[in-house]
Amino acid sequence: MPIRNKPVDAVIVGFGWTGAIMAIELAEAGLEVLALERGDDAHTVPDWAYPKVVDEIAQSARNGLLQNLAKTTVTLRHSKDEVAVPYRQMGSFKPGQGVGGAGIHWSGVHSRVMPEELRLKSHVTERYGRKFIPAEMQLQDWGIDYDELEPHFDRFEQVCGTSGKAGNIKGVKHEGGNPFEAPRSNEYPLPPLTDPPTSRLFAKACVDLGYKPYPLPASNASRPYTNPYGCQLGPCNFCGFCSDYGCINYSKASPQTTILPALYRKPNFTLRTNAHVLRVNRDASGKQATGVTYIDAEGREVEQPAGIVVLAAFHLHNVRLMLSSKIGTPYDPVSGEGTVGRNFCYQLINSVNLFFDPDVMVNQFMGAGGVGQAIEEFNADNFDHGPLGFIGGGVIWGRQTGNGPVRGIPVPAGTPLWGSGWKKAVKENYLHSGRIESQLSNMAYRGCYLDLDPTYKDAYGEPLLRMTLNWQENDLLMSEYVGAKLMEIGHAMGAKSISGRLLKRGSSWDSRAYQSTHINGGTAMGSDPKTSVVNKYLQSWDVPNLFILGANVFAHGIGYNPTGLVGGLAYWAAANLRSRYLRNPGPMVPA
Amino acid sequence: MKRLIGVVILLGAAAVGAIAVTARGVPPLPSVEQVSARIADLEHGRYVATLGDCASCHTAPGGPAFAGGRALATPIGTVYSTNITPDRDTGIGGYDFAEFLRLMRHGVAPGGRWIYPAMPFTAYAKMSDDDLFDLFAYLQREVDPVRRLNQPPAIAWPLSWRAPLALWTKSFHHAQPFEDDPAQDAEWNRGAYLVQGPAHCGTCHTPRNWAMAESEEPGQFLSGTAFNGGSPINLRGNQGDGLARWSEQDVVDLLRTGRNAHSAVSGDMVEVVAASTQYFSDDDLRAIARYVKSLSPADEAGRGQFAASQASLDRIMQGKEQSSGGRIFMDSCAACHRLGGGGAALAFPGLAGNASVLSKDPSSLIAVILAGTSLPSTAKAPSPLAMPGFAWRYDDEEVAALATYLRSSWGNQASAVTASQVAKVRRHRQ
Repeated sequence: MPIRNKPVDAVIVGFGWTGAIMAIELAEAGLEVLALERGDDAHTVPDWAYPKVVDEIAQSARNGLLQNLAKTTVTLRHSKDEVAVPYRQMGSFKPGQGVGGAGIHWSGVHSRVMPEELRLKSHVTERYGRKFIPAEMQLQDWGIDYDELEPHFDRFEQVCGTSGKAGNIKGVKHEGGNPFEAPRSNEYPLPPLTDPPTSRLFAKACVDLGYKPYPLPASNASRPYTNPYGCQLGPCNFCGFCSDYGCINYSKASPQTTILPALYRKPNFTLRTNAHVLRVNRDASGKQATGVTYIDAEGREVEQPAGIVVLAAFHLHNVRLMLSSKIGTPYDPVSGEGTVGRNFCYQLINSVNLFFDPDVMVNQFMGAGGVGQAIEEFNADNFDHGPLGFIGGGVIWGRQTGNGPVRGIPVPAGTPLWGSGWKKAVKENYLHSGRIESQLSNMAYRGCYLDLDPTYKDAYGEPLLRMTLNWQENDLLMSEYVGAKLMEIGHAMGAKSISGRLLKRGSSWDSRAYQSTHINGGTAMGSDPKTSVVNKYLQSWDVPNLFILGANVFAHGIGYNPTGLVGGLAYWAAANLRSRYLRNPGPMVPA
Repeated sequence: MKRLIGVVILLGAAAVGAIAVTARGVPPLPSVEQVSARIADLEHGRYVATLGDCASCHTAPGGPAFAGGRALATPIGTVYSTNITPDRDTGIGGYDFAEFLRLMRHGVAPGGRWIYPAMPFTAYAKMSDDDLFDLFAYLQREVDPVRRLNQPPAIAWPLSWRAPLALWTKSFHHAQPFEDDPAQDAEWNRGAYLVQGPAHCGTCHTPRNWAMAESEEPGQFLSGTAFNGGSPINLRGNQGDGLARWSEQDVVDLLRTGRNAHSAVSGDMVEVVAASTQYFSDDDLRAIARYVKSLSPADEAGRGQFAASQASLDRIMQGKEQSSGGRIFMDSCAACHRLGGGGAALAFPGLAGNASVLSKDPSSLIAVILAGTSLPSTAKAPSPLAMPGFAWRYDDEEVAALATYLRSSWGNQASAVTASQVAKVRRHRQ
């Protein structure tokens, strides 16, 4: 007999970025809001206090801030004809856990989306013709325009205190910013971070090659900052512990630094940690969510009734909850029918290390997750794809994120893996090496999807989510093309040798090597219930009092890092929920 | 120990005088006819309770509001705050206003019992009849009665003998309400009333004499002290350890949000801001700032000085800073407080010219290094920005070296800190 809690107006599943955004917006609207987080509570002090948090073994090697894969994980396979096996060690992607979620250990790169990416099917058809789209590619529009989202991108940047330089304010171009940028309503809240050596070398090489580098927008504060909630950030000190780490300095935007202090003051908000949600419950009609069921810290099953249910967990858990709650139709790759699990994508990355002559000082000890210079010439549809024969692109950057001995000091190809030869190479190269990368969009394909694994179950007895994914010809062609540009820049920077990873035709997804945590799709947003799970307001087509946030609503991959888009979409959903849904509960778009 | 001796001497003196005092009896119940004709303003009464921060001391951690039971350390032992809810048997429900007024102004509870000055009636005595009347009405009518017996003080005999309190009170307490200074305007007088009266700032910030009474020597009021394991800062107009370089707005900001462009609160002041001053009206905060900023500098002897200097930063940038304190600073402090000691506006307090760093008694600085601190989350500044403690990492010598470095860098000029001073604060916190 499960414990039954007192009903609340809104229950929020997961308490990272999107959960925190929705919680404060609904609490400000006067609702009684409860957030359920399966991990522990966390605060800058004591959890990320210096010097204990800057422990490369605890955080980078042993994944201190990440999901416990011994409790629940996913299974993986390249195609539907293989048997999937569990992801037992962190590798390719790093889901977070606990209050703040992946918003704690992210790097801070904070971009939006290119307008054409939100209507890519229409855009490609208009510019290159319908036949340009490969047969297996499930390209579709997102059902929303950039202009609708713009105020919400702006809001999220104001909340995060993003450091950057605008290239386009209300249609007026500004020198020094991203020349391809879509119109912004405001300059970035803070000026760009100071460029470290890698970024300066990158920018100079790009100018020499005729590209237009700009400061990558970073939610690592370049100055002290107070956001619209009154929450404060302190300036980044370039300690180099961003990705994998909680920020010691209140400099990296996270739910803890930018939202939670204001939210925790609200008497109509409650947080319950160690609450692992198993499913969304529905009434007899199946068309109304009645709340959720979770397992509490003592292992008891608890039913939490709620008027509105918001899925705000990490991508994987949101999709799994939809499947295990049996809401909507699971995607079937054979028939192409069904929507839940459809259009699973994963951003590609090319990453190479550059080794310079001893007179080029870089010192990778210093850095910040988001600091760097970038170019946009090969992102989205900023270049003519016609003669190239592929769709998509990505951003190329020279960031300097900080590097330490345990995380791995890059050494030139051919260096021994250990011993005096390795030590000699480390000594010769540590101060004189840098890294440049291109991060690339990944399109949606008929054979790439998510469903429930028929064999493996988690610690709660629930089936694991199964990933079926591999790189497809279009994306690898694109990666080869942008990768060649990346190498061209690397050589122009004066590198005497370059080594690293470039995805080319014939490459398969390797779940062992870190790539990025930018997985997306699975509960796509759109205007057609046959190909999407939520409408443009991130409201479930099937259950109108259920809202789904996160990168799982992406209809396909984009070139930029996803957090800016994820946060902007969460503010968009929250604003419409407040202004429209609360006044008139029900489907906000007729199905 | 000094304090204990002082109290023993006082006790001896008291033994001689006490009988005479007691014979003269407690002050009679004041006449309250005039004030009782008022219609109580309950909302104003609630505000007066906030001005006086009554709830902080009269609420046990996690306990019901105003029901008492919070332990308050005094030099002679622990006293426990009393139940001031309107419960008739265990609270103040049986008091009439004359009894309440006598307690607040004379330090005598019903039944003629002299109370310990841990309850700052020495300041509350200055409150107006009207404010006390509204406060009484608020406590009686708006606070939920809670049945909770008062806990007797944990003070050993013979110090537990209360008769000397009568002598102490007769000797050191002035039971007169605040009177406006006609030479000053209304705002200044309002500020003086709040600071000296309900806000009882002197309780922590004014040095005490041999008998533990607040000093009345000229220039001593609010001139900084050592109190409860910390060193509440000098609020007078001194250039180094005082508020000379603060604007009135800086004072307002600190009391409203716990932080300003120069500094941030720590220790007991965190709770004062969180529970009390953040809720003061704009006019009242401005009046307080006006009054505090009018206070003349205290005697400079032994006080820290400040004259901004680039030398410390230059030494660091040239790689010449090799001292133990300097190296600890660069490792553990500079990330937030910056190599130049300037901090970051409103987020991380600057150490250069910081009154708490320059304080004559370095206890607060040491306490913050050892235990860390967390800003109050206030309505206007919700971020509880925190500094971690370093007691686990650095021993007394190292903390002393660090504190000395902070007190002698960027133009700070204050006395060196010794390991035994650190040990004392460390013991107090254990």
